[in-house]
Amino acid sequence: MSSATLSPAAAKADTPIPLRAHLRHTGALIRRNLLWIRQDPESMFDAILFPVIFTLLFVYVFGGSIGQSLGGGQERYVQYVIPGLMAMMGMNMAQGVGTGFNQDFNSGVMDRFRSLPIGRGSVLFAKIAVELMRMLFATAVLMVVAVAVGYDIKDWAGMLASVGLSAVFGSALMWVFLTLGVVMKNAQSVQAMGFLVLMPLQFGSSIFAPPASMPGWLQAFTDYNPLSTLADTARGLMEGGPIAHDLWVTVIWSVGLTVVMAPVAIHKFRTKS
Amino acid sequence: MTRIDDNPAGGRSAVTVRGLVKHYGETKALDGVDLDVREGTVMGVLGPNGAGKTTLVRILSTLITPDAGQATVAGYDVVHQPRQLRRVIGLTGQYASVDEKLPGWENLYLIGRLLDLSRKDARARADELLERFSLTEAARRPAGTYSGGMRRRLDLAASMIGRPAVLYLDEPTTGLDPRTRNEVWDEVKAMVGDGVTVLLTTQYMEEAEQLASELTVVDRGKVIANGGIEELKARVGGRTLRVRPVDPLELRPLAGMLDELGITGLAATTVDAETGTLLVPILSDEQLTAVVGAVTARGITLSSVTTELPSLDEVFLSLTGHRASAPQDTVPADDRQEVAV
Repeated sequence: MSSATLSPAAAKADTPIPLRAHLRHTGALIRRNLLWIRQDPESMFDAILFPVIFTLLFVYVFGGSIGQSLGGGQERYVQYVIPGLMAMMGMNMAQGVGTGFNQDFNSGVMDRFRSLPIGRGSVLFAKIAVELMRMLFATAVLMVVAVAVGYDIKDWAGMLASVGLSAVFGSALMWVFLTLGVVMKNAQSVQAMGFLVLMPLQFGSSIFAPPASMPGWLQAFTDYNPLSTLADTARGLMEGGPIAHDLWVTVIWSVGLTVVMAPVAIHKFRTKS
Repeated sequence: MTRIDDNPAGGRSAVTVRGLVKHYGETKALDGVDLDVREGTVMGVLGPNGAGKTTLVRILSTLITPDAGQATVAGYDVVHQPRQLRRVIGLTGQYASVDEKLPGWENLYLIGRLLDLSRKDARARADELLERFSLTEAARRPAGTYSGGMRRRLDLAASMIGRPAVLYLDEPTTGLDPRTRNEVWDEVKAMVGDGVTVLLTTQYMEEAEQLASELTVVDRGKVIANGGIEELKARVGGRTLRVRPVDPLELRPLAGMLDELGITGLAATTVDAETGTLLVPILSDEQLTAVVGAVTARGITLSSVTTELPSLDEVFLSLTGHRASAPQDTVPADDRQEVAV
């Protein structure tokens, strides 16, 4: 047989896609995204350089003076900032997902995918899966650099839990960036938009410096800034200390963003013309 | 598989389009299009940029939804049964939609897996199609390093993985040089030989003539003519004779004389004042000879006589009385043959 037989559809209803097929499609697309990385190893530069540069910059430039305010020195600051940077890793990787996705759209490959009988989510899930792998890689790099600058891993289980929570929040954030990637016209705008949104969240947080010396209104902001609460949860898990409030705020943000933005991203992807 | 086009009058419809409308704000990309493509045939959709060809293909591939009207492909409704429909179509876009970062083989394997082939079958199908489209040697190279023609062939191979019943070729040779274009045509002809139903959009009359058995001419979202390609060619003028009198003042009298004599094709003779030529639709070599004879008998001196396939512009001039609405690429120069006078 050289071509499928044309037969009038028996029923008017559309056939659903079974779960196993969803998994197969997502798997095939994950393979594609991994092949991209193999083809273009430079795309991993940010995952390597980001943790190295941020760790060295903050530890050696600000570490001494902020460490003093924490009642120690640079060593004290290393213990403070590393859990924060770890929390930031999920966000940092999430930012890249929209850009890559937008490039896909402008190349015409997306048209082919969308004309295939696959679930609309598969393309997005595959993207998120691969970005999470990149995030784990970046986190591994961060931990190596952290130990090199003197970080003392006190609680391995707590560290793994922090990585997990950071991945959960990162993937929630990825839905936001995937939506931007679908909606915005070009990769540059996606990047610029990401930068504008994330800058205040990133620095208006407890990631780099304790909020105690910040003005009251900013402290009120950092109390509910998910990057702050994620960083503080990680600190609690790795260094010891209360985590209840911060964990709750982080989980609520993660679940909220996913519940709202995942359907929006899938819908925008499905209906993009 | 039985070829249905042995019976030109009947034949089951593979693609049925009724009153299809798609608006983008004020622009009517499609403004009530009807179309039937019979199983096993090649339907050419001819029109200028912005005529609505790509919009039509995108609706029929479920990439966008129509504002009004119905369309079914292999019996499946484009709006209500998109998933089933996607299983029976193959799409080759205007801009080769292959993943440039993936090697050729990986491109095909990926699509095989997305079409639910087992790993083993997807591998075998990728190998088979690379062989078939003469890409085996380039199988492991990223598609981004391919030449234009190789990329189109990979695109064609990708659209064939699911053994589609209906294949859309959206301007498959736009932007290719003549040699590569012929290569793509040969591949398409071979695929049609396998019994695939094809919907081809093009800006070139010559491409339509090479590949299609039936033709639908669209302009500004509307169908302005359709029928068998021979029938349309006759209406348009199977060929166009371009006659240039030495004295441009002779143009109009000459046109009147030829129409009076009734020795030309079905469409009227038109004057192209810009180039100082007369476009005479002709159906046969006898008509060509008769036209040249009549001109000579009148004692009018000609500086050149050429025959051309009707260009898209000329098709439009003949069918609508106005030129194609958007600026066009002209038909490649090698389609024009000088005729000795």
